[in-house]
Amino acid sequence: MTASRRTRGPGLVGLHVVTGGRYEPSRNHFDFVTSVCLANPGLERTGLTPEQRRVLELCQPGALSVAEVGAYLELPLSVLRILLADLMERGHITTNGKFYAVQTADRQLLEAVLEGLHNL
Amino acid sequence: MRGSTTSNPAEGTYLRGDETTVKILVAGPFSVGKTTFIGTMSQIRPLKTEEVMTAASTAVDDLRGRPDKHETTVALDFGRLSLNDKLVLYLFGAPGQERFFPILSHLAHGALGALVLVDTRHLAQSYPVMGVVEQLGLSYAIAVNQFPDSPPYTADELRAAMDLPADAPLVFCDARDQPSSKQALIRLVSYLLTLLPESTP
Ligand SMILES: Nc1nc2c(ncn2[C@@H]2O[C@H](COP(=O)(O)OP(=O)(O)OP(=O)(O)O)[C@@H](O)[C@H]2O)c(=O)[nH]1
Ligand SMILES: [Mg+2]
Repeated sequence: MTASRRTRGPGLVGLHVVTGGRYEPSRNHFDFVTSVCLANPGLERTGLTPEQRRVLELCQPGALSVAEVGAYLELPLSVLRILLADLMERGHITTNGKFYAVQTADRQLLEAVLEGLHNL
Repeated sequence: MRGSTTSNPAEGTYLRGDETTVKILVAGPFSVGKTTFIGTMSQIRPLKTEEVMTAASTAVDDLRGRPDKHETTVALDFGRLSLNDKLVLYLFGAPGQERFFPILSHLAHGALGALVLVDTRHLAQSYPVMGVVEQLGLSYAIAVNQFPDSPPYTADELRAAMDLPADAPLVFCDARDQPSSKQALIRLVSYLLTLLPESTP
């Protein structure tokens, strides 16, 4: 058997060095799983970047999460969040209202997740 | 091809937009089976997204008075499951390296918990990952992926070696097998429920 974790434990040494590196997404309110959909499909799209237009075209048929939009458009999420924040300010998109996914899962939510898994 | 990119979303990919979306991290060391697990459970074709992290590097640079900024890109693969009409679960593969901590910390924000995949042929490789997940503040269950040449450790032996808290679940799991992978998630979420303060209805 391999040495145990605590005795071996190279683990956390140096972690503070890593976290000391700052990470500041410019628009950090778009979580990976925040869902994005069009707020006003008829809105004039002048003044938008090509990437922003691609976001709107992608979301024309319905909603997708931020992570999915990033994957389909091959945009790093750090870039996508900035585009999305701007689209939101201009009234083009709306979200499922959870800028962040649930902070602390409550019992009702976890029970629904559990039941959903059982039913798969 | 796993986790490939572009091409348009398939039929049934779009959500309404009013669903509650939740996420669970599938963490583990290199080649343990994270992508396989996500592919097994996902109802959409697994996707890959990129996150870029700009990190000021070590204290040495700070001493020189010019913090050296550098960018790290991490590819995160993920899958999606509709748990009911109003609830969608995303599973994100989380590479366990400590240097990805800033990105993982962002990904972990608001996550329900983590499933830590373990390969007992290289058990010690999981220790730093467990450390990272603990540092992220996520509650987790251990899923031991069984490979043909895995040594036949018992759950108790593994628990002792990993220094697992008595209440944390440890399950044996085949990431290629849906019922087995599903069971690992069920054990995790059941465990998360036990961590909640007693409800007073
Ligand atoms: N026997 C067995 N093989 C597995 C299991 N899970 C994954 N594998 C195999 O292990 C190999 C690596 O699996 P991946 O899913 O790519 O692992 P990963 O953790 O995503 O790897 P990286 O992203 O490169 O770190 C593949 O050949 C899988 O078929 C398992 O539970 N049992
Ligand atoms: Mg992988």
